[in-house]
Amino acid sequence: MGALETIYRTPVGRGLARRTGLADPPVLRRGRVLPSGPVALGELADGGVVRQALALLDVRVIDPIPDVPENRTRDDKGRDLPPAYQDSLGALVIDATGVREITHLEGVRALLRPAMKGLERSGRIIIVGMAASAVEGLEARAVAQALDGINRTVGRELRGGSTSNLLRLEAGTSADDLAASLWFLLQGRSAFVDGQTITVAPRKPGDPVGGTPDREHPFTGRVVVVTGAARGIGAAIARTFARDGATVVAVDVPASGDALARVANEIGGSALQLDITRPEAGARIAGHVVTRHGADTPIWAMVHNAGITRDKLLANLDEARWAAVLDVNLAAELRINEVLLDPGLPGGLADNSRIVGIASTSGIAGNKGQANYSASKAGVMGLVWAMKEELVGRPITVNAVAPGFIETEMTAAIPFAQREVFRRTNSLSQGGQPVDVAETIAWLCDPANGGVNGQVVRVCGQNLVGA
Amino acid sequence: MAAATVRTAVIVGGNRIPFAKVGGPYAPASNQDMLTAALDGLVARFGLAGQQLGEVAGGAVLKHTRDFNLTREAVLGSALSPHTPAVDLQQACGTGLEAVIYVANKIALGQITTGVAGGVDSASDAPIVVTEGLRRALLRANRAKRPLDRVKALASIRPRDLAPVPPAVVEARTGLSMGESQAITTRKWGITREAQDELAAASHTNLARAWSEGFFDDLVTPYLGVTRDTPLRPDTTAEKLAALRTVFGRGDDATMTAGNSTPLTDGAALVLLAEEGEARARNWPVLARLVDAEVGASDYVTGAEDLLLAPTHALPRLLARQGLTLADFDLVEVHEAFASTVLANLAAWEQAGLGVVDRTRLNVNGSSLAAGHPFAATGGRIVATLAKLLHDRGPGSKGLISICAAGGQGVTAILEAM
Repeated sequence: MGALETIYRTPVGRGLARRTGLADPPVLRRGRVLPSGPVALGELADGGVVRQALALLDVRVIDPIPDVPENRTRDDKGRDLPPAYQDSLGALVIDATGVREITHLEGVRALLRPAMKGLERSGRIIIVGMAASAVEGLEARAVAQALDGINRTVGRELRGGSTSNLLRLEAGTSADDLAASLWFLLQGRSAFVDGQTITVAPRKPGDPVGGTPDREHPFTGRVVVVTGAARGIGAAIARTFARDGATVVAVDVPASGDALARVANEIGGSALQLDITRPEAGARIAGHVVTRHGADTPIWAMVHNAGITRDKLLANLDEARWAAVLDVNLAAELRINEVLLDPGLPGGLADNSRIVGIASTSGIAGNKGQANYSASKAGVMGLVWAMKEELVGRPITVNAVAPGFIETEMTAAIPFAQREVFRRTNSLSQGGQPVDVAETIAWLCDPANGGVNGQVVRVCGQNLVGA
Repeated sequence: MAAATVRTAVIVGGNRIPFAKVGGPYAPASNQDMLTAALDGLVARFGLAGQQLGEVAGGAVLKHTRDFNLTREAVLGSALSPHTPAVDLQQACGTGLEAVIYVANKIALGQITTGVAGGVDSASDAPIVVTEGLRRALLRANRAKRPLDRVKALASIRPRDLAPVPPAVVEARTGLSMGESQAITTRKWGITREAQDELAAASHTNLARAWSEGFFDDLVTPYLGVTRDTPLRPDTTAEKLAALRTVFGRGDDATMTAGNSTPLTDGAALVLLAEEGEARARNWPVLARLVDAEVGASDYVTGAEDLLLAPTHALPRLLARQGLTLADFDLVEVHEAFASTVLANLAAWEQAGLGVVDRTRLNVNGSSLAAGHPFAATGGRIVATLAKLLHDRGPGSKGLISICAAGGQGVTAILEAM
């Protein structure tokens, strides 16, 4: 800790910081915790799917109070005041799936206005609209995109750790397809996902929701492989999956084996010491799964979390630093997927399964000194989009998360002032926790979440970078 | 006994911490620390956290009195279920292999279906011993009922009793250190300096290759920042070793150096064993079965025989019982206490009519000269390494293990890949 950071952390330092506008960041609601206040559901035009999905989740909803003239009051100076909720709202969910015309957008405004100051801390705004590809006509498509602009602005304007996200539905998306995403966005698990637009589509044939799944432990009886699991975000991913019932195979390089063993033993999983860049890495993973869980228990989810940085400005970047980053962060993932996707391979990916990669805001926006890293992380995004096409006939979803500034050993090495800037330049005024990335990945891998496929979801608190 | 049939005990896998030279990175670690670390690594590798195993058998050669329940304490400190029983065994450098035999025998008899066996040793954390005079005086004072008797007892302590007793591994009956004993054997069997240095160089080369190939990725878990055996010198050669001065034996014809003798080492190694059906039911790897084992002892005190050539007594009985010759083994692991121990054993076996060991099959991934030799840990290291090597060669491959031990004992065992 440098001198500046030490001063900053003293009471005097904090007081000075507050005076200059650096307020203490809000403490975010985390975990499988719903909002404490009521959930208001606003339906515009012909909706219905959102109400059904919330009913599936046993979420009771109240009617919203829209900002229409008859609901307004006047203050003592005769000015119009928008209506206010009696109790703080836990969440406002807007079903805008029937919105096709520009004039219909007024309904979104009317629902949002009273909620902007009526939400509890870590409250939620969730807007559900149609994907542009799912509607006919120029105006309807323009309107579908208009919702994205509204959502991003709501995220910027909300305070107190509240977030706003947009779910865009493809044609034919059912309440079953939507429920897992609504559940995630309402809960504390989505703490650091803000201002994002996520497309939900009908799940593929062969990707069932299951009978009455244990919503708290969706991975019970399922094997999940996590690379880079010895520390940081990877360890959080392993712990989160284990909390939700998974049997975790924790993978990391042999040199990190002792930390890896601690994680594996803590969560009752198993440790696989493996350099993922070795050509036999995919076969080693499958072999480990077979010799721990049997040939009949294939992998439910493969989480490609392992990654390295070898930062240098391009002017100083040699071929070794270039190759190491691309090999670990991108090429290894391609090779391992190819092996594990071999249908019928004992210990490979199940016919119905999930794959998740880790992109980065550096891959979206670029980052000085990270040409190699940005290449690899943008490559992960390209891989997700390409695999969505490639796997169109198989009930396997492929997604990625793109973490923004997350508090890890790696980011703790960034100089303090720079780190504090990274923390503050998002809508939640703080860095994310490793568990925030982990929760998002677990949602993408949820057996009930067959509807989210081919997406890159940012876990960045709506960072300015690459927004 | 209820069980009428003998069951098959198989080696499922192993785990050790990298071995480190005495006084190095493991100096602050106790035997219990290291054994617990090795156990936790094994538990993680096979996903055994919270599980109850049949038994854990282990031991150490250099033990503090507080370590009377060393292995049980390691189990309690590990991620295993506290319902897993444990036992301490001790047979000098044969401890690790003898623990494997013990667990395998219990499995064969149907008494347990799973077990862990191995050992640990810290040369860095060795007990400091007080003189016999001081020890007796203190015990007398402790027994004394009257203050005067206590004073008398303490007054009997002489200045010479307060001199520290340097820790040393010497044979109780000959007073000779291991190296001095082996120097006699080396001379007697005419083992040349060149042959010893060549064997030592091969040990380093082979171990270095195994490490770089990733052979130990699923056999070793790093500990205290150490990721590879520290005695290993990948770039050593017979020529470089030839330049070292001799440390054991006297006179111009002394041949034993620090390079062709094992260094004092800290480390721990364990093996997971199971009854074959149990291993298959749990989907575990079935690397190799323990076929048979035999322990021999030599008459070294009279000088008629050699301290470290006791395997020569065990091996003929073992091979005869199994109807095998040395030529039947795909791989042979002879513990490298000293390079000349291996060479003298091979010569003695040849002289005893057991045949010649094909040197290309001997210690193919290195042994104690390069890895180091934490006494009770060596057996676990060798069994896990050999079981994996045999399994890679395919079912039916046979391997022989020979470990010499203090007290003129030798432990031998046969593994066969499944």
